[in-house]
Amino acid sequence: MAWLKKLSGAVIVLGGAAAAAGWALSAPVRFDAGAIAQLGPGDAAKGKRIFYAGGCTSCHSKPGAQGDARLQLAGGLELKTPFGTFVPPNISQDRKDGIGAWSEEDFANAMLKGVSPSGEHLYPAFPYASYARMKPADIADLYAFMKTLPAVAGKAPDHKLSFPFTIRRGIGLWKLLYLSPEPVIALPDGTPDKVLAGRYLVEGPGHCGECHTPRDFAAGVKKGEWLAGSVAAEGTGVVPNITPDGKSIKDWSEADIANYLETGFTPDFDSVGGAMVEVQKNMAQLTADDRAAIAAYLKAVPPHPNGYPAHKPAS
Amino acid sequence: MRKLVLAISMLAFAGSAAFADPIQERQALMKERGKLAGQLSKVVKGEEDFDAGAVLTTLKALQANAEKFDAEKLFPAGSDQGDTTAAPKIWEDMAGFKAAEDKFLANTKEAVASPPGDVDGLKAQLNTLGGDCGACHQSYRIKKG
Repeated sequence: MAWLKKLSGAVIVLGGAAAAAGWALSAPVRFDAGAIAQLGPGDAAKGKRIFYAGGCTSCHSKPGAQGDARLQLAGGLELKTPFGTFVPPNISQDRKDGIGAWSEEDFANAMLKGVSPSGEHLYPAFPYASYARMKPADIADLYAFMKTLPAVAGKAPDHKLSFPFTIRRGIGLWKLLYLSPEPVIALPDGTPDKVLAGRYLVEGPGHCGECHTPRDFAAGVKKGEWLAGSVAAEGTGVVPNITPDGKSIKDWSEADIANYLETGFTPDFDSVGGAMVEVQKNMAQLTADDRAAIAAYLKAVPPHPNGYPAHKPAS
Repeated sequence: MRKLVLAISMLAFAGSAAFADPIQERQALMKERGKLAGQLSKVVKGEEDFDAGAVLTTLKALQANAEKFDAEKLFPAGSDQGDTTAAPKIWEDMAGFKAAEDKFLANTKEAVASPPGDVDGLKAQLNTLGGDCGACHQSYRIKKG
């Protein structure tokens, strides 16, 4: 039985090597100092635009907050998903309960690498898989703007997740598969600047694909069905297909899309609904050029059939 | 006299029979509401000239529409089934649903009481009313694909 011994020995060695590799591969990666130096000091006025493009307040303000209260980023909303309940944390300027003590480097690592100041992986419910496509200068501007927002005391409750999603180290492997600063949609040379600007807003800070794209078995966004719509992560509804084949916006002009993002009215004067209500409030804060760019990009993405099953009304 | 009573009750019956289905009835009201908001939006977008009288007529129609919106009657128990995008939350939180509708009604009344004098005034009012649409659709409507 010497061969069996050898085999089991080999299996143990291989298994050990795989485990070691997995451990090494899943290690949180922070920026090196050189990359951080590139950030430079941010401009708070410019960062305001990034703040609204990024939709920070939709998840991090207290549930139901209106008006200026949307700038009090105390967290506490409950996102009930199949993995468990995610609770967006306090990201106000409170030094103890929020992120007031974070350096610009800490902030950039969270936004672009999904790593906390203590070196832990953050859960990708925080959409850093999209934010990873953002320009370092925009991160610096956003950091500067967030410094102008109020400190709100009080920690948000912890996430309530089920095993194995409680093991943060596993996120390291997820990142190897899904975290990349590359654009999702490759656009040919000569693509108008407007479309490129829209791509940046949609794929990066706007993180539209996080809800509007179906996910695979490992909860990674299916880039081959980009923006095709998805079963909602929360509740029982769907998030619409916003590619040029999507029933809901197929007949909309670019001006219609831009107007919807500004006013919340569809071309036939239905109104924005569901989770998009908070998003639209943010989009209304952008410039008309930004909204037009988003619309131009949505017209330029590849069409896909719906990323969710057809609804059969009970009769 | 008997004939008249009979005629009235028949008319009433016909009226209710036309919309025996609360789902259709509430959807018709919503469609009308959207159409009215659309007329105001055309003025805000500059596609139509601002005409204070026409705007006031539309705002009054919006108020009348809001007054017809009887949540208990239009959303009876069980009408979450069928071809509807009404969210289950309507029945879990009928008080909140009614409050959202009451807010819209109050805002239409306010608009009618102090009608806008120019496009900017109308724009502000339409923003408020549109915000009411969104606030209600945020929680009480669900997209089903």
